[in-house]
Amino acid sequence: MSDVVEKTLTALPSLLSLDSQPGSAKLSSTSKLGNLIRGITELTSKHEEEKLIQRELTSIKDQVSSPNTSMRQMKELMVRAIYCEMLGYEASFSYIHAIKLAQQGSVLDKRVGYLAVSLFLNESHELLLLLVNTVLKDLQSTNLIEVCMALTVVSQMFPKDMIPAILPLVEDKLNHPKEIIRRKAVLALYKFYLIAPNQVQHIHNKFRKALCDKDPGVMTASLHIYLQLIKENSEGYKDLTASFVTILKQVVGGKLPMDFNYHSVPAPWLQIQLLRILSLLGKNDQSTSEIMYEVLDESLRRAEMNHNITYAILYECVKCIYTIQPKSELLEKAAKCIGNFVLSPKINLKYLGLKALTYVVQQDPKLALQHQMTIIECLDHPDLIIKRETLELLFRITNGQNVTVIVEKMLDFLRISKDDYTTIDLVGKVAELAEKYPFETMNTVFSLGGDMMQPDIPNSFLKLLSEGFDSDEEDRKLRLFAVDSYVSLLQSEPNKLPQRFLQVISWVLGEYSHLSAELEPATVMTLLSKLLDLKHTSSETKSWVLMAMTKLCEGGVAISVAQDIYETHSSSMDTVLRQRAQELQHLSQDSELRGRVLPRDAGLMPLEVDSSLSFLDGFVSEALAAGAAPYKPPHQRQEELAQAKALSLEPYSLSLPISMSSCSIADRQSPTLMSMSSGLSGDSTDLSHKGGSTTLKLDGVKRVWGREGYLAQREPVEETAQVEVPSPLRSPSQQAEADSTQSQTPTPTVTPELEQDKQQLASSLFVGLGSQSSVCLMGKSDPTPQRFRRKAQGRASSSGASEKTPTSLGSTPSPVDNLLCNSLLDSNLVSEPTNQTPQASQSLDTTNGNCHEELTDVKENNPSLIHNNEEPDKPKDLCLSSHLPTELSGLSHSEITPLCSNQSVNLSACHVQKEDSLQLVIFIFNSSDSALQQMQLQVDSGELKVNYCLSLITDSPVEEVRSHSVAVCHYSVTVKRPSVHVEVLGMLSYQLPGGTPQTIQFSHKLPLTTFIRPLTLSTEEYGSMWLAFSQDTKQNLTLINDDQDPLTTTLNVLKKKLQLHVVEIIGVEGIVACQLVQDQPCLMHCRVHAGTLAVWLRSPVPDLPDCLLYHCQRALQEH
Amino acid sequence: MIRFVLMVNRQGQTRLSRYYTPVDLNRRAALEADVVRCCLNRKKDQCSFVEYQDFKLVYRQYAALYIVVGVSDGENELSIYELVHNFVEVLDKYFSRVIMFNLDRVHIILDEMIQNGHIVETNKNRILAPLSAIDKMADG
Repeated sequence: MSDVVEKTLTALPSLLSLDSQPGSAKLSSTSKLGNLIRGITELTSKHEEEKLIQRELTSIKDQVSSPNTSMRQMKELMVRAIYCEMLGYEASFSYIHAIKLAQQGSVLDKRVGYLAVSLFLNESHELLLLLVNTVLKDLQSTNLIEVCMALTVVSQMFPKDMIPAILPLVEDKLNHPKEIIRRKAVLALYKFYLIAPNQVQHIHNKFRKALCDKDPGVMTASLHIYLQLIKENSEGYKDLTASFVTILKQVVGGKLPMDFNYHSVPAPWLQIQLLRILSLLGKNDQSTSEIMYEVLDESLRRAEMNHNITYAILYECVKCIYTIQPKSELLEKAAKCIGNFVLSPKINLKYLGLKALTYVVQQDPKLALQHQMTIIECLDHPDLIIKRETLELLFRITNGQNVTVIVEKMLDFLRISKDDYTTIDLVGKVAELAEKYPFETMNTVFSLGGDMMQPDIPNSFLKLLSEGFDSDEEDRKLRLFAVDSYVSLLQSEPNKLPQRFLQVISWVLGEYSHLSAELEPATVMTLLSKLLDLKHTSSETKSWVLMAMTKLCEGGVAISVAQDIYETHSSSMDTVLRQRAQELQHLSQDSELRGRVLPRDAGLMPLEVDSSLSFLDGFVSEALAAGAAPYKPPHQRQEELAQAKALSLEPYSLSLPISMSSCSIADRQSPTLMSMSSGLSGDSTDLSHKGGSTTLKLDGVKRVWGREGYLAQREPVEETAQVEVPSPLRSPSQQAEADSTQSQTPTPTVTPELEQDKQQLASSLFVGLGSQSSVCLMGKSDPTPQRFRRKAQGRASSSGASEKTPTSLGSTPSPVDNLLCNSLLDSNLVSEPTNQTPQASQSLDTTNGNCHEELTDVKENNPSLIHNNEEPDKPKDLCLSSHLPTELSGLSHSEITPLCSNQSVNLSACHVQKEDSLQLVIFIFNSSDSALQQMQLQVDSGELKVNYCLSLITDSPVEEVRSHSVAVCHYSVTVKRPSVHVEVLGMLSYQLPGGTPQTIQFSHKLPLTTFIRPLTLSTEEYGSMWLAFSQDTKQNLTLINDDQDPLTTTLNVLKKKLQLHVVEIIGVEGIVACQLVQDQPCLMHCRVHAGTLAVWLRSPVPDLPDCLLYHCQRALQEH
Repeated sequence: MIRFVLMVNRQGQTRLSRYYTPVDLNRRAALEADVVRCCLNRKKDQCSFVEYQDFKLVYRQYAALYIVVGVSDGENELSIYELVHNFVEVLDKYFSRVIMFNLDRVHIILDEMIQNGHIVETNKNRILAPLSAIDKMADG
């Protein structure tokens, strides 16, 4: 349809471009404009155009001021003036004549006068006042056309202060018999509401009347006002919901006159307007939302025609459905609708689909999973806007696990983007994400984002670097890495780096380049001195550079470089630079002084600050005696200066990053250190308070960076904690290596086939968006993931890359996770020394006898810990255990607990503790006489990460269970968020032959203790880890006082019951370590004090110390 | 919200411009040139929506004539895309017999459809009613 119209419309340009036929009656009146346009079209240079227009304007100017010019000629002149202004040449002399034309012209001339006024003047132009009288007169005209014109111009622009003059007249028009007048009056009132809401406060009831007008046009006009009112205060208009719903119902139902249709769709833009209003009203309001469900459903249903405009309505409908209180049935339909959009071959629809998806994933991230392949394709789309919208979408679904890939994608886009707006927007987003991944990404961010980024980003980054992490060795590696990469950057092309990045580089080199053995200070000095010579280096950057040099000037060459610099800059116009140059000169001469002023590793040592500056007392009194003026505080000086109108001494207030290097952490003492250094009690507040007097106070300073990255984003970090916190068992060097490789190779490297490549990308992008549904999706879609999975498993075992994934023994986690493992961690991550390969699982019991013993212990303890209504000793138990997956059959399992049952199925569960995960096995016993079909078991948990394990024999989840037989579902479970008891929720859906689908739900509680494993480490490792952990809890526990060594006894009880590892016991203190599978360590420091056991727990994982404490308490009470 | 409506030919010359948010006169020519460049460079199979600064452009081509609408981010681009077509259909309906340049009349039609950046009328008969009345009076 639209194609045909478009063809007929190809004639249109000629309508507008004045290839006119000679002899037309109306032509003569516009021929001058025609000549002008033709003349301009033929010109080749801007200069010629300017000349021509100036000539034209002069001619117009002469004619408009001539008294002989008729109104008709005046109209023609105005159109020409409009044309000149449209090309950017001001024709202000004609403004007053436009007003005159509106005032004196008749019909078309008048209309053109009004048009010219609305095009020439802005709302605050003073000439607009001259229009008020004309408008007043026309509003009272008996000629409807004039009334119409006046109302049109009023609804476009009107001086705010003059509203009262015409308001009564406009109000009057609301009762006019002609719909067009009523409609334009409503639009005029809308304009008044926009520019002066108070003026129309009293006529809100008239808006309601307009809403109920029998003419649809008037009603439509009133919706503009209501959309605005509801945007500002949706509460006040909830009572109108039913009315809007009724209107929409009528529109959708085709109750409007035919001429409101656009391509057979009834009043589409009106529908869109109504949907917007409804979504505002239904947001966060269940009862209001309920009123609209039906009409939304109908809208979705009606909009089936294949035309752009119906898709535009559908888009609005989907947005509305996802804005108001959700109704599952509607959500489902809306999701399907989005599917049609994104899969459409029409690019405009695809775009709109992505936009809808971007909106929707904020409510339901899992929806992105359904369209992951489309999203991947869109990411490589040749059309930038599709790419951009896709990035926007990815930004919304970013989590701890896919952040690196997404950031990389965004940076790719940044590299090709030339538009400043896009750069600013994307840099902000990348920085927000990249802060979690400090190093490599930050380098790219700094160099690309440059000076457009917020200044606190580089500052926080430096703070992170200087405060360091838990281990000195690791810090050293990281800093060394920074130094090396910055030196190479400076050696290549420093002139391309943004100022902020240069400042970061200078500071890092000044502070840490001594860490690099092969790097001579002189080399760094020379590199830095080159920066000073660069033209674009700002003086702020120069002073950072000079500061860095001051720290470095050591050895003959360096001193001579310093001397050169001093000579160039000692006469600088910039006082700060001059001062820095002086400092450089002095300190390079006197290495002893330099050592005291700028000690190396200042960050590690508390800086002594004498805030009273008492050491200067002698100097001051001497100076005073010599006649110096007494000190005045800055504000007093400023005041006096202001009074004296003297020069401002602003530059001296500039502060340099020296404070950065002196940051230290006040309350990070290790308990082990404490007990060695002092006989004081283990009360840390005491000590840190004492330390406070000698260290820099950082209490007020916002700590933006931490171990896991950007601290402000606690929420996402929480989720990533388990994944991203480097394993304490890895050595720092491996850690640094991992960090770097990880950020260098975030994209998949194994690319046997393009499709697999995309699959991999998909899995790394969509990981963490709800494992459950991803499993279904990936598992069922096609055999590719299956093939892939096996491969991935092989890789995982060979490379031992298991830090991030629960690659449990002999079991296979979800394909997505394996893919993630394959793509994200295709690096030489060295994992903890546990058995990772399936082969090793058999030897677990023998090689790790300790573990086995503890597993058995737990089994014995379980009945007391699990307080489910167990009915042990059922014969079923025994026969069920024979159904255990083969890879688990050799291991000891917990009691088989019944979960739920109905007339046809019995569900029960047990778990098996493995070193790196908990294996949850659910038995489905079909007690009916017929087979269960289309069986689907969904297991989910807020606190746990549940991965379905495919059995080695059958590659797909069981879908059918024969009568009186058992199906087994096997899951590998790790903790996402610790809680005292973690709960698994599940739902089994199935169908009996010929019957309707049925579901049965259950919940299963697992105590946290089933996830706790011993953590074997040395006292030294314990010490360094202790410092790094931020979550802590302290409490006194009861001591088991039965023999001569209560501490050892108590700890042994804990060890036995909770699988803790006792690291060391010294006198009255003991340190204990454990980990929550997988890789979430928790440390415990115990001290016998006044007959109780004072314990102090620390962990990087929030809530873990509290939960563990609870179980310790229970364990000791039950003893 | 609609920020502006532009009609330009393939040479990038502005045939009509209407701004609904204030833009300085001396900045308009540069903005238009930039906007037109954005749209002219695109191929037929590319998306009809372009990101431009902090807003979006919706454009539609009719032979040598381009109609470009600048909209803010919250706008439904596809509905604007169709609005452009509706506008063109109205022009087609009105100008079907008289071939001439009518900058003023096109503006008057546009004023009936869009005000303050909002769509105020889409019914073709109603859009043309005031202008037809004016024509009738001027003729008679």
